[in-house]
Amino acid sequence: MRVLPPLLRRKPAVAVLMCVPLFALILGLVAYPFFHALFLATLNKAETAFVGLDNFTFLFGRQTFWMVVRQSLLFALVAVVFKALIGLAAAHAINTIPTKGQRKWRGMMLIPWVIPPALSTLGWWWLFEPTYSAINWGLTKFAMPAVPWLSDTFWARFSIILVNVWVGAPFFLIMYLAALKSIPGELYEAAEMDGAGPWQKFFYITLPMIRNIIAITTLFSIIVTLANFDIVRVLTQGGPLNTTHLFATYAFRVGIESGDIPLGASVSLFMFPMLAILAFIILRNVRRRAASLA
Amino acid sequence: MTAIPFKTAPSLRSNRRWALIAAYACLGIFVVFFLFPPYYMLVTSLKTNAEIAELASNPWIVTDGVTFGHYEHLLTESSFPRFFLNTTIVTVIVVAITMVISVLAAYSLARLRFWGSGVLATGVFLTYLVPDTLLFIPLFKIVGWLGLLDTYWSLVLVYPTLTVPFCTWIMIGYFGSIPRELDEAALIDGANHLQMLLKVFIPVALPGLIAATIFAFTVAWANFLYPLAYIYSESEMVLTVGTVTTLIKGDVFHWGGLMAGALLAAAPPVILYAFLMDYYIAGLTSGATKG
Amino acid sequence: MADVTLQNLVKTFDTVEAVRGIDLSIPNNEFVVLVGPSGCGKSTVLRMIAGLEDVTGGDIRIADERVNDVPPKDRNIAMVFQNYALYPHMTVAQNMSFGLRLRKVAKSEIRDKVQRAADILGIAELLDRRPRELSGGQRQRVAMGRAIVRDPEVFLFDEPLSNLDAKLRGQMRIEIQRLHQQLRTTTIYVTHDQVEAMTLADRVVVMNAGRIEQAGTPDEVYHRPRTRFVAGFMGSPAMNFLDCQITEANGSTVARLAAGPALPLPAEQAARVRNHIGRKLVAGLRPENIREAASHDGANSSGVPHDVSIDIVEPLGRETIVYFRLGDATLCARVGTEVHPRAGEQTSLVFHPDRLHLIDPETDLVL
Ligand SMILES: Nc1ncnc2c1ncn2[C@@H]1O[C@H](COP(=O)(O)OP(=O)(O)O)[C@@H](O)[C@H]1O
Ligand SMILES: [Mg+2]
Repeated sequence: MRVLPPLLRRKPAVAVLMCVPLFALILGLVAYPFFHALFLATLNKAETAFVGLDNFTFLFGRQTFWMVVRQSLLFALVAVVFKALIGLAAAHAINTIPTKGQRKWRGMMLIPWVIPPALSTLGWWWLFEPTYSAINWGLTKFAMPAVPWLSDTFWARFSIILVNVWVGAPFFLIMYLAALKSIPGELYEAAEMDGAGPWQKFFYITLPMIRNIIAITTLFSIIVTLANFDIVRVLTQGGPLNTTHLFATYAFRVGIESGDIPLGASVSLFMFPMLAILAFIILRNVRRRAASLA
Repeated sequence: MTAIPFKTAPSLRSNRRWALIAAYACLGIFVVFFLFPPYYMLVTSLKTNAEIAELASNPWIVTDGVTFGHYEHLLTESSFPRFFLNTTIVTVIVVAITMVISVLAAYSLARLRFWGSGVLATGVFLTYLVPDTLLFIPLFKIVGWLGLLDTYWSLVLVYPTLTVPFCTWIMIGYFGSIPRELDEAALIDGANHLQMLLKVFIPVALPGLIAATIFAFTVAWANFLYPLAYIYSESEMVLTVGTVTTLIKGDVFHWGGLMAGALLAAAPPVILYAFLMDYYIAGLTSGATKG
Repeated sequence: MADVTLQNLVKTFDTVEAVRGIDLSIPNNEFVVLVGPSGCGKSTVLRMIAGLEDVTGGDIRIADERVNDVPPKDRNIAMVFQNYALYPHMTVAQNMSFGLRLRKVAKSEIRDKVQRAADILGIAELLDRRPRELSGGQRQRVAMGRAIVRDPEVFLFDEPLSNLDAKLRGQMRIEIQRLHQQLRTTTIYVTHDQVEAMTLADRVVVMNAGRIEQAGTPDEVYHRPRTRFVAGFMGSPAMNFLDCQITEANGSTVARLAAGPALPLPAEQAARVRNHIGRKLVAGLRPENIREAASHDGANSSGVPHDVSIDIVEPLGRETIVYFRLGDATLCARVGTEVHPRAGEQTSLVFHPDRLHLIDPETDLVL
C-alpha cells in the first residue's frame, strides 16, 4: 500500500505551475528565436527564397568577414588576459591592506563597472577625440607624440581593448576578492611558520585555492567579451575600414543597418559554436565546484 | 634560547610593511586608471563651450569658471527628460516582471523538485550565458510581428531574456541555503505554498532578492543593443541610445552637454550601487561560485 | 490531548528501509522517548507522525483518527526541531504567534497565549528580540514556546537539546520535565542520548535498525533489557559483555566467565538457564556490578573476588572508572573514591552476579 498525503501529491502540479512563466520565456524568447535564426540564415536577402548555406559560403568568401573573426578572437583573448591580470593584482592589493579601508577602495574601483558601458564609452570617445584629446594633451606635455587613437587600425584596436579592460576588470576584481576572502587565514599562518615568503604563499596557497574561480570567471568573461557590442559601436562603428568590427557590430551593420537580415543572422550565429563550447566548459567547472563544496 | 626568533621577527615585519606599501602604490595607480574618465567627463560637463573649444589651456581642470548650463539645457530644452522617463518606465516594469518570474521559478526549482526540474535549472544557467548579441536579429523579427517595433514596449518584452535567467539562478542559490526545517516548521504552523513563499522564503532571502533586483535594474537601465536596433523615434528612446545618438547631433561644441547627459543617465545605477553594493556583490559572487 | 497509535508503520526511501514495521500505542498524557543510535529511524518515525514524510505502509492514528493523509497543519501537533528552525526575520513574539496568525486567531487571544507561554518558559522579556540576538538556550525556549502557544494535542521533539552545551542540556532537561508535568500534553521525544531518555521518559522506546527493540519504563529497559542491543545501549559506561559457560557444580549453577571468575547464579536465574547448561552464552555485567574489594555497600556477601591488572584509570570525583583486561576482553568497573587504583597495578575486584544478564548468542535475547 502506498499512500501519499494530498499535500505531497499536489506538490508537482504547483511546482510546474510556478515554472510556467520561466519556461514560456525560455521557450518563446530564447529557444524559438534561436531556431528562427537558423531558419533565417538559410534565406535570401528579401527572405523570399531558401538558399541553403549560401549566406555562409558568401561570408567565407569575404575578406572582411575573416577580419571580423580574427579581430573578435584577438580582442576577446587580449582583453580577457589583461582584465584577469589587473583584476587579480587589484584584488590582491585590496586583500593586503587593513580590512577597515578595503570597502572604500573596492567601491572606487567598481565605478567603471557600474556606469552603463555605452555611456562611459562616450567619455572615452571624447578622451580620444582627434583635436581635443585630453590624453594627447598629457602626452605632448611629456614630450611624447600625439596618438591617432581611433583613426589608425592598430591604435583603434588598442583603444577598444583598453576601454574593454577598463570596463571589465572590476568584475574580475570582485570575483577574485570574494575568492581570496574565502581562503582561511590559518593556511597563511601555517605557511608562514613553515617559512614561506609572500611569493611562495601566493603561488602555493592563493593560486591553487582560487584556481577554479579564476577559470569560471575567465571563461565567463570570454563569452561576454566575444559578444561585446557597445564599445566598438560607440568608439569606431567598426572603422577604420571595418578593421575593428566584432561579430556583434558586424552583424548589426549587415543585418539591421544594411537590411540583410539573413546575412546578419548568419554572422551572429557564427558566435554560437564558440559560445556553446565555452558554456559547456563552464557548466562542467561549476558542477565540479559544486560537487567539491558539497 | 637561540637568537633565531629575534632574527626572523623583524624581517617578517618588514616583509609585511613592504607588501603594504606595494599594495597601496598598486591601488593608487589603479584608482587613477579607473577614475580618470568619469572625472574628465565631469570636468567637461562643467566647462563653458568656449573653454571646451579652446586648445591651449589644461583640459583636466576647469579654468574658466564652473557652469551648470549644460545640465540646465539638457533638462529643459532637450528630449533628455523624455528618455529618462521612458527608461524608468521600462526598467521598473522589467524589474517587476523579472522578480515575479524568477522568484516563483526559483522557489519551485529549489524546493519542490519535479520531473525535469534539474534539466530546467541547467537550462536556466545556459540561458544566462546567452549574450544579447546572439539573438537580436531573430528577436527583431519577433518584435516586428508583434507590432512593437519602434516602441519601448519591445524592450519590456525582450529584456527579461537577459534578466530572468541570472535572477532565477541566484534566487535558487539563496532559497536552497535556507534550512529545510524552516519550511517544515512553517508547514506545521499551517502555511500553504503562497504563505510559505511570501512570509518565510522572501523575507529570509531578502539579501538575495535585493541583489537580483539590482541586477535586473542594471541590465534594463544599461542595455544599448536592443534599443539601438528596435527604436528609431526620439519619443520612444531610452537613455543609452538617446544620449549616444540624438545628443551628438547638436551644435559643434556639443561635448559639454553630451558628457552631462552621460553622467546624469549613469547616476541612478551609480547611486543604487553606492547604497546597496554589498548586497549586490554578495549575490553576484554567490551566483557564480555556489551554483 | 490525545493518544497516538502507530500500526505496522513502514518507511522506505528509494532503496533504504528506514522504518521496518513499528507498532506503538501511546496513551494520552504519556511522555514517550524514542532512543537509539544515529540512523536507526527515530526521526523518520517522528516526521511521519508530524506529516512531514509520507507513509510507505501502516497507519498513524491521532485521537483515533487515521491521519496518514492529513496535512501537518491539520494534525494538531507541534514540533520542536534540533536546530530550532526559528524564523530569522521575525521577533520572538512573531515566531511564537505565526501559526496562530495563519489560522486567523483573534489578536487579543494571540497576545494572551503568547504571554502565557512566555511566562511559563521565562522568556517574557525577550519577546521583541530576533532569534540571532538570543543564546542557544533561549532559542530553544522560543522553539518550545512556539509549540506551546498552539495548544497542540501532541508535542513532537526531535533531538531538541543536541545543540546545547552539557550544562545547559541538564537545565533544559529539567525544564522540559516541568513543562510536561504542567501541561500533561502527550509528548513524543526523539534522542540518541540515553541519559535524556532515562530522565525524561514515562516510557522509553529503544529502536535499532528501523525496529523497536524494547519499550518499557526507564527502570525496565535499564534493569531488565530484553535484548543484547538494549543491554549494551542503555547505561554509560556501557555494559561489559564477555563469553561465559554455564556449568553445574555441587548442586549450584555457575556462570564461568572466559578468563575470569565463576559466578554462582541466584536460584531464580539458575532456573531460567536450566536448558543452557554446558552451552556458551554471553554474560553482560554492568560496570557498577564490578566493585572494589573493600566496598562498604554490603553487597559484598554474594560477590566473587578476582585478581586483575589495571589498564586505565579515569577518576571522575564521585567515583572512579577502571578499565582492566580479562583474557582478550577489556572490561570496565566503577569503584568508590576510598580506593586509589593506579594503572599497571594488580588489584582484586569483586564481581556481583546478582545483576548478571545472560544472553543467548544465537538470538541475542536476554534469558
Ligand atoms: N530523505 C531521505 N532520503 C533518503 N534516506 C533517508 C532520508 N531521511 C533519512 N534517510 C535514511 O533513513 C535512515 C533513518 O534516518 P533517521 O530517521 O534520520 O535516523 P535517526 O533520526 O534515528 O538518526 C538513515 O539510514 C537515513 O540515511
Ligand atoms: Mg535524527
